[in-house]
Amino acid sequence: MKSIFFHFQGYRDLPDDFVQKNESIWVKPSTDQFCDPQTSAKYARWNIEELELADELGFDGLGINEHHSNGYGYCNSPNLIAAILARRKSDAALVVLGNTLPLYSPAIRTAEEFAMLDGISGGRLVAGFPVGSAMDTVGAYSTPPTHVRPRYWEAHDLITQAWTRTDTPFAFNGKYNKLRYVNIWPKPIQKPHPPIWLAGGGSIETWKYATDHNYTYSYLSFSGHKAGKTLMDGYWQQVEKAGLDDNPFRAGFAQVVVVADSDAEAEKLYLPHIRNFYSKALHVPSHMANPPGFMSKESYEFNVRKVARHAALLGDPSKATWADFTEKHKMVIGGSPERVAAELKEAARNLRVGHMMVLLQIQSMETELTRYNIRMYAEKVLPQLQGLWEKEGYKDHWWPQGATRNQFIGGVAK
Amino acid sequence: MIAATKKIEMPAPLGPNPVIVKGSGAPLVYLHGVQGQEWTPMHDSLAQSRTVYAPATAGSDDPAELRNIDNIHELVLYYDDLFDRLDIGKVDLAGHSFGGMVAAEYAAAYPSRVGKLVLLNPLGLWRDDKPVGDFYLVDGNQSARVLLGDPDSEQVKARLALPEDPEARVAELVRRFTVSASVAHFTWPIAERGLAKRLRRIRANTLILWGESDGLMDRCYAEDFAQLIVGSRVEYVPGAGHTPHFDQPAHVAESIKTFLAR
Repeated sequence: MKSIFFHFQGYRDLPDDFVQKNESIWVKPSTDQFCDPQTSAKYARWNIEELELADELGFDGLGINEHHSNGYGYCNSPNLIAAILARRKSDAALVVLGNTLPLYSPAIRTAEEFAMLDGISGGRLVAGFPVGSAMDTVGAYSTPPTHVRPRYWEAHDLITQAWTRTDTPFAFNGKYNKLRYVNIWPKPIQKPHPPIWLAGGGSIETWKYATDHNYTYSYLSFSGHKAGKTLMDGYWQQVEKAGLDDNPFRAGFAQVVVVADSDAEAEKLYLPHIRNFYSKALHVPSHMANPPGFMSKESYEFNVRKVARHAALLGDPSKATWADFTEKHKMVIGGSPERVAAELKEAARNLRVGHMMVLLQIQSMETELTRYNIRMYAEKVLPQLQGLWEKEGYKDHWWPQGATRNQFIGGVAK
Repeated sequence: MIAATKKIEMPAPLGPNPVIVKGSGAPLVYLHGVQGQEWTPMHDSLAQSRTVYAPATAGSDDPAELRNIDNIHELVLYYDDLFDRLDIGKVDLAGHSFGGMVAAEYAAAYPSRVGKLVLLNPLGLWRDDKPVGDFYLVDGNQSARVLLGDPDSEQVKARLALPEDPEARVAELVRRFTVSASVAHFTWPIAERGLAKRLRRIRANTLILWGESDGLMDRCYAEDFAQLIVGSRVEYVPGAGHTPHFDQPAHVAESIKTFLAR
């Protein structure tokens, strides 16, 4: 199994009454009120240094993503950060998960920048193609909701053609992208192109898109592996329906993880940050998360019926206990290295996941504590997870060709 | 006479349009606002002297249909197809809010096909000094406030109440979702799509009815419409907001009837 250090790159210092005084963590909280440019620059440097530390300590991959006008993660251009990481001499994968395709016009920009990143990094790029959240696409970038998916499908076709067609320059006549001469300089160095990863919050359309194209799918939520089970089962049913094999590397999952010497120590160090994160990061009202037209009529109706059946899970996160987070709802995997490794293995098997994206920087955590968590994971947890699937003979067909770290050949560590 | 729904088949791959029809006399087409197809006391009053046709906007049943209607100009063509199928010849056209914007677009695109034009608090213009409010990416209370008025008033609560029956409730929630999506397709993030350039083409005798305390748009927009549509005039509806026929159905119906009879 691959451990990817995933960094959300959020604003670490939001006021305690943020939730009471703001409609949402996303789209509308005023930058002039909450996002100080100097402080933000400091956080950006910390973020990069934390990613570099994870690289040095042997994580299989480094993960970053794209959000806009969002307090818990506002890396508006992950390609900028990826360029800095690509420059380093390394054999770790650069998982850019990803560029929000509907937002690029023309989307050829993503084909070009990803190709540049792939070259600079020596073929270490994972090309993440998320549809994007409604907050980013409909909210921050004002895309009409009914245009988001059609823009996505078209951008995908344009980018993959730009990477693989050899009759260049060729014309591309889309609804949103009309290009007389598609002819990107350069093409990616990975052939036929960098591995494409899809990511989402559990929409059925995206699962189908993944299996139609034989891409890997990552479920990005903060709800943890217990809540994620139903959705990942849905994905695996789709994989089976599509007649594809059950290779766990077809799936990725994001999981909040905190490690310390003991369970008690972990609670002491991390609980305030976990409470803070779950109070603020999940503070997105339904009219923003699911504005009319963002999902299909069928998905909306499915959701209306589902929500009617389930009550709220956690209650007020700012008052939830360590046990609520780590045992009752299992949103967080936390404690001693032994406990964390055991639970991550269990989660990986339960969800059948080959790409574990571990969230080790939890918004309000200072860089010292973050670095401690990264180090604890790298030194005491990661070694226990290596080879989890590889030893059973599974091969990761979705890993970048230039990311040669921690490899297994024939199920044996190289 | 009860309002009947007439299913009008539209060209493939579009689904049928469930047009509500009632009354007798010369045809009057009414294009609804952002809250979807409706039949209100105002419509009943109008149907006393006219045959009122109240279609649903394209995509109201399933916004996926709008993959075949890219923009406001194609929506105008959609209505032209619909009017052909209704076989009503030259039309008198009324529209509210989003429907007012579409009606104005239609009257500008087909100036000789529209007899009289009534616009109730139409969308479609923009001024940087008086930005139009948001009715879409806001919570239910805020959208109710700008579209209908005080969300705590009995009148607004009754209008927005969901059915008790669980299945009917789901159906109504889905209806609100699909309607809002199909309007957002043409209006998000800003409804202005160049209408100001085209209003000069309108030849129809035009009445602009403006609920004078519209919480979504400043009344300067009424004056802008009046200035851009040759020979039009504005009547302000006192005690009314963005949906004037919700607040003052009798007043609005009388104003329209007087204008149409003139």
